[in-house]
Amino acid sequence: MRETQGFKIYRGVVLIVLGLFVFIPLYVMITSSLKPLKDVQGAFSWWPSNLTLAPFVDMWKTVPLARYFVNSTIVSVSATVFSVAIAILAAFAVSRFRFRGRTAFTTTVLSTQMFPGVLFLLPLFLIFVNINNSFGLQLVGTRLGLIITYLTFSLPFSIWMLAGYFDSIPRELDEAALVDGCGPMGALWRVVLPAARPGVIAVAIYSFMTAWGEVLFASVMTTEANRTLSVGLRQYSTQTNIYWNQIMAAALVVSVPVVIGFLLAQRHFVAGVTAGAVK
Amino acid sequence: MSVATQEATPAAAKPAKKKTRRGPEHRPGLNRWLPYLLLAPAVLAELLIHIIPMVVGIWMSFIKLTKFFIANWSAAPSAGLNNYKVALDFNNAVGEGLLKSFGVTVVFSLVTVALSWVLGMAAAVALQPPFRGRGIIRTFFLVPYALPAYAGILTWNFMLQRDTGAVNHVLNQLHLSDGRTFWLIGSNALVSLITVATWKLWTFAFLTLMAGLQSIPGDLYEAASVDGAGNIRQWRNITLPSLRPVNLVLVLVLFLWTFSDFNTPYVLFGTAQPPAGDLITFHIYNASFLTWNFGTGAAMSVLLLIFLMIVTGAYLLVTGRRSRRA
Repeated sequence: MRETQGFKIYRGVVLIVLGLFVFIPLYVMITSSLKPLKDVQGAFSWWPSNLTLAPFVDMWKTVPLARYFVNSTIVSVSATVFSVAIAILAAFAVSRFRFRGRTAFTTTVLSTQMFPGVLFLLPLFLIFVNINNSFGLQLVGTRLGLIITYLTFSLPFSIWMLAGYFDSIPRELDEAALVDGCGPMGALWRVVLPAARPGVIAVAIYSFMTAWGEVLFASVMTTEANRTLSVGLRQYSTQTNIYWNQIMAAALVVSVPVVIGFLLAQRHFVAGVTAGAVK
Repeated sequence: MSVATQEATPAAAKPAKKKTRRGPEHRPGLNRWLPYLLLAPAVLAELLIHIIPMVVGIWMSFIKLTKFFIANWSAAPSAGLNNYKVALDFNNAVGEGLLKSFGVTVVFSLVTVALSWVLGMAAAVALQPPFRGRGIIRTFFLVPYALPAYAGILTWNFMLQRDTGAVNHVLNQLHLSDGRTFWLIGSNALVSLITVATWKLWTFAFLTLMAGLQSIPGDLYEAASVDGAGNIRQWRNITLPSLRPVNLVLVLVLFLWTFSDFNTPYVLFGTAQPPAGDLITFHIYNASFLTWNFGTGAAMSVLLLIFLMIVTGAYLLVTGRRSRRA
């Protein structure tokens, strides 16, 4: 591709148009979170009539945002920890062993990723209700039910991405560990895992993002007690008022940690996502 | 990006390498069972959340599972093919609703996938030759993808409000409309859905295509330049063919995602979905949880699954045949 004059014009136009497309919603989110309520109830303005941090203070009182935050954090962190641990074991098996059913396993796991969530939603809801009726283990309306559900959402992609990472680590390294008297698990723990650290971090961030942003199952499986941010943010619309400035403030606050995490790990993440697509 | 491609290569070369690999040879007894032991937690989780519910879902579609039987589903009477008949009888309200929703979803997915691909490609090509600030722009473009889905969609919801939103304000100032357009109810709902979904999705297309572009050797372009090919011809004769394998997967993945998109309509419209924005997943969700008639909901889900499997199968068949001929 030569950088002709025409190409430079093309690049300029594309970057400006797409830049605005991406930028304007982010700008609206940030500036609206700094507006007093009357600004978001009248005609739209590009700049707050007076800058205020009140929405960031009030948002905790209008709805029990802190509780949603705690719920989302506990659910997402637990789902991430379990998902990554399970994925590491499975990926190690897929990468380092040849065994009967290996292809069947990877194909099945990956294909579940492709099916729409609504397919599992109804039966899963029903299964959870019936587990509660038969065993007294409450899964609808508890964090546990969400954790179990969410950990499987990131599992297929995590297993597959980690298996790719493990494959890129030379086998000679774990063979050396085996000669030194480590078992296969020792080799995984002492040799493979440390070498695959960027992959593990990327997978963890992916799992966290998946759980943190999930809406469909949260809308059915949560009650007031275990409500997460993804559905909790809807509570800002009361019958008399929609507190758009507080909604934008809350949306901003819940986004910042994931966006920063993602952007920090984007290099590893991009590699994983695209390795998948390219394959 | 160079790091990214280096890391991507071993993963891409995975299938070829695997065949020559063998497990550790000593302690054969343990090693025969160890892989299964390692897989057990993953298999259990997948069974509980995906496989068993899917089987149960198919079974549910054949029983009369109304709200009276939800706590005691084994007592629900068999419905035979009745749920399917109801869902596919386009002369009554339920079937008609499903058909309309299906039509809306087809338009939504095709337009969203096409737009996302075009925008992603435009940006990826624009960022192909290195220049100062390229890394920052790329990172910035990734923000909509990194944002939790609901946060981005809520912002759009605010922007699309009739009286207080930014969209009407801008259109009015540019003298493109009187600034009193309803975006979230009525027939404009589909336009809004497509815009919001594209905003979130084009970034993924961009990400994937950009990584694909990195793997095209620069010599190809140099040789073409020497032969006098301009940028447009280089794009058509080098970039597009080289990206073919990436595009094949990318388009399929984008389609499957958009076709079952739930977040966008749910966060944008709440439970009062306008008919023009009634995407199929959302439709099934409402059909099930508003009426608590899980039987028909399950039948609709199975029909959706069958449709997606047919489309995927046909897609793979057609594209596979074409690449073999090529």
